[in-house]
Amino acid sequence: MHFDTSPPPQWRSPATVGRMMRTVLYALAPALLAHVWFYGPGILLNITVALLTAILTEAACLRLAGKPLAPFVADGSALVTAVLFAFCLPPLCPWWVTTIGIVFGIAVAKHAYGGLGYNLFNPAMAGYALALVSFPDLMTVWPAPDIGDLDYVRPDFAATFQYWLTATLPDGLTADAIARATTLDSTKEGLGLMRTMDEIRVNPVFGDFGGAGWEWIGNFIAMGGFGLLLLGIIRWHTPAAVLTGLLGMASLAWLMDPNTHPSPGFHLFSGGAMLGAFFVATDPVSSPTTARGRLVYGAGIGVLTWLIRAFGSYPDGIAFAVLLMNLAVPLIERYTRPRIYGRPA
Amino acid sequence: MTDPIAYDAQPRRPAWGVRIPLRKSLSTGAPILVAPPPATVCIQLARGGDAIARATVSAGQRVLCGEPIGEPGEAGAPRVHASISGRVTHVELRLVAGLRDPVPCVVIEGSGDDEQWPGYSPDPTAADRPPQELQERIAAAGLIGLGGAMFPTARKLRAGGGAPVLLLNGAECEPYISCDDLLIRERADRVVAGGRLLLAALGAQRCVVAVKTDMPEARVALYHALERAGNPRIVMSVVTAKYPVGGERQLIELVLGREVPVGRYPADVGVLCQNVATAAAVADFFERGRPLISRIVTVTGGGISQPRNIEARIGTPVAALIALAGGYRDDAQRQTLRLIMGGPMMGIALTSDQLPITGATNCLIAATRTDLGAPQREMPCIRCGDCIEACPAGLQPQELLMATLAGNPADLLELGVTECIECGGCDYVCPSHIPLTKHFVAGKATLRESGRPSLPDVAD
Repeated sequence: MHFDTSPPPQWRSPATVGRMMRTVLYALAPALLAHVWFYGPGILLNITVALLTAILTEAACLRLAGKPLAPFVADGSALVTAVLFAFCLPPLCPWWVTTIGIVFGIAVAKHAYGGLGYNLFNPAMAGYALALVSFPDLMTVWPAPDIGDLDYVRPDFAATFQYWLTATLPDGLTADAIARATTLDSTKEGLGLMRTMDEIRVNPVFGDFGGAGWEWIGNFIAMGGFGLLLLGIIRWHTPAAVLTGLLGMASLAWLMDPNTHPSPGFHLFSGGAMLGAFFVATDPVSSPTTARGRLVYGAGIGVLTWLIRAFGSYPDGIAFAVLLMNLAVPLIERYTRPRIYGRPA
Repeated sequence: MTDPIAYDAQPRRPAWGVRIPLRKSLSTGAPILVAPPPATVCIQLARGGDAIARATVSAGQRVLCGEPIGEPGEAGAPRVHASISGRVTHVELRLVAGLRDPVPCVVIEGSGDDEQWPGYSPDPTAADRPPQELQERIAAAGLIGLGGAMFPTARKLRAGGGAPVLLLNGAECEPYISCDDLLIRERADRVVAGGRLLLAALGAQRCVVAVKTDMPEARVALYHALERAGNPRIVMSVVTAKYPVGGERQLIELVLGREVPVGRYPADVGVLCQNVATAAAVADFFERGRPLISRIVTVTGGGISQPRNIEARIGTPVAALIALAGGYRDDAQRQTLRLIMGGPMMGIALTSDQLPITGATNCLIAATRTDLGAPQREMPCIRCGDCIEACPAGLQPQELLMATLAGNPADLLELGVTECIECGGCDYVCPSHIPLTKHFVAGKATLRESGRPSLPDVAD
């Protein structure tokens, strides 16, 4: 009998890029449910727009680049970008903000650099940064979380849909009635007015550590992150370094003066810290490949996030910290090469 | 309390490597089948790479089992023996399993009586003889490394002269292969006896037999054999069942904590490595007067009816071994897609089952779709870094891939393409299914052609 041949190895694991990306999406499901629980159906609209735009943009870019559509759309990387981007948006967000952010993230940050595997920047964060600097007002209106004891009007689905379509609210509803400044916003503003942390934290938007409600979404994001760790999709180095970097800086500052610096727990459970640590900084393409490199990269994100939160003009710094550290990846890679077996150090 | 037999209490666990489903239990259920002499054998005279033995028989001549048919040429090839008794029909160039080009072979048609050549006799006191004499007799017996490289054992012993540690490699790490596992389970005493003889031939201080955590029966058998032998200079060590812990340099690093510098040999760090099957063959020669005429072959895979280990004469056609394992399965789902000699990671896909086996044939896999999985499309590298964790040589396969595609010799050398042992671990884990090992083989060729200083090849 005669047989076909092929070069070794003959056997490969069933792991695929598509399987990795799908697992990441599943890991976000608990956080998505929590988000709907606290903030209503807004994020579902945002995710729908983001997914549709992402798939269309991805397909258009692949067509332009002359690459086959089916395998690259099926790899799921654009879907992960879309869902992570939607998680960064306020639950009330007009569709064009989402669309412009995603088109930029996928067409410019990803495909202009060569597509899957070649992008220097995390596409979701690039899209978020563009949306944030282009639509600062729309991007910072956050409805108050539904935690039962706040004096606020919860927008129903019709109101959410109208705002999503036109950026206007139905008669009788004002932005002041439904929206609250986020904890990071009110901290920045309060500290600017020379208030102490204790005075600032009187505001009911504060929960145990971070924002009321929001900190629970953080827990569910971390839960999904631990799931990814257990499944071997991500390694511990990056999230541990991000959280340690942020906690380290926050603890130092807080120990020096707890009146003018929020607690380390606040930093951990506010804004995008959890999402950034477990889902954004662990994006393989735009982060280093070695264990040591990931520790340096993650720590850099944690420290920069704290610096931007404490001294920058934007309330949260995760997205900018990730983009800045993306720039440093080639340099980090160069200085964290593993030693080759049998060669001197 | 220290155990006089166990080298250390905890299994040695590498920081690198891959956990691969091992699928060894497919073939470990049945005992080793000692195959009857086949109707014909085709025995290659080329062993250990460049060295080719000179045929001392001609067509038509009658030979006995174990009779020398090839003598060492100038290059120091080992002596070659007839593996069955019968009549020589051809002395010519033929294809054998695992080699690309035809090599000089002796074809013997069996007479069926399996009459033994009386030229070698047992020597129960061999272990007390001086190293020099033992080395000469191992050379005369034509013993070769049975781990896969077929390097002449005597040459390795000479090169490693003075190395204080003998490492017997029973850490068979490729999936599917179980011939060393079964050898230790059933013939641990011979492995230990071979270790004692090799210690004497080397003049070494101690011998460590390395086995893996996933071969409990073999570990128990080896433990009892060491207990019976009562030789304090021979101990066992257990390594974690990760791929590729059985690589020579990897095993030395794991068991002895020594790293072989680039371009040097294990002997330079005081170690000589031999396969457990080689040790058993040394014992067979000195204790039973039996030269190397057979080896244990694992015949396995989803396409085989009754996978098992078979002790087969060197030169037996692959198809005869597959018939002894119940033949191919005939159902459509179990159609054999690849016939692999060796393991699925580093093994070679054979074109035909009519090729004869050699001393390097440790395993034959009739691999089906169930074994190999569905083929996946190659995607761009997403820099996940899984290949870096897999690499036992500390390389960055994803960087090396870029350097290979760019074809820049300076980068290839700096990133260590010469240190790639082609284990295929990076290929296995790659979620983008990039044929990395194939690229690195090409990268090594690019480097050689560019005339950059290359480092000497590693002999097993």
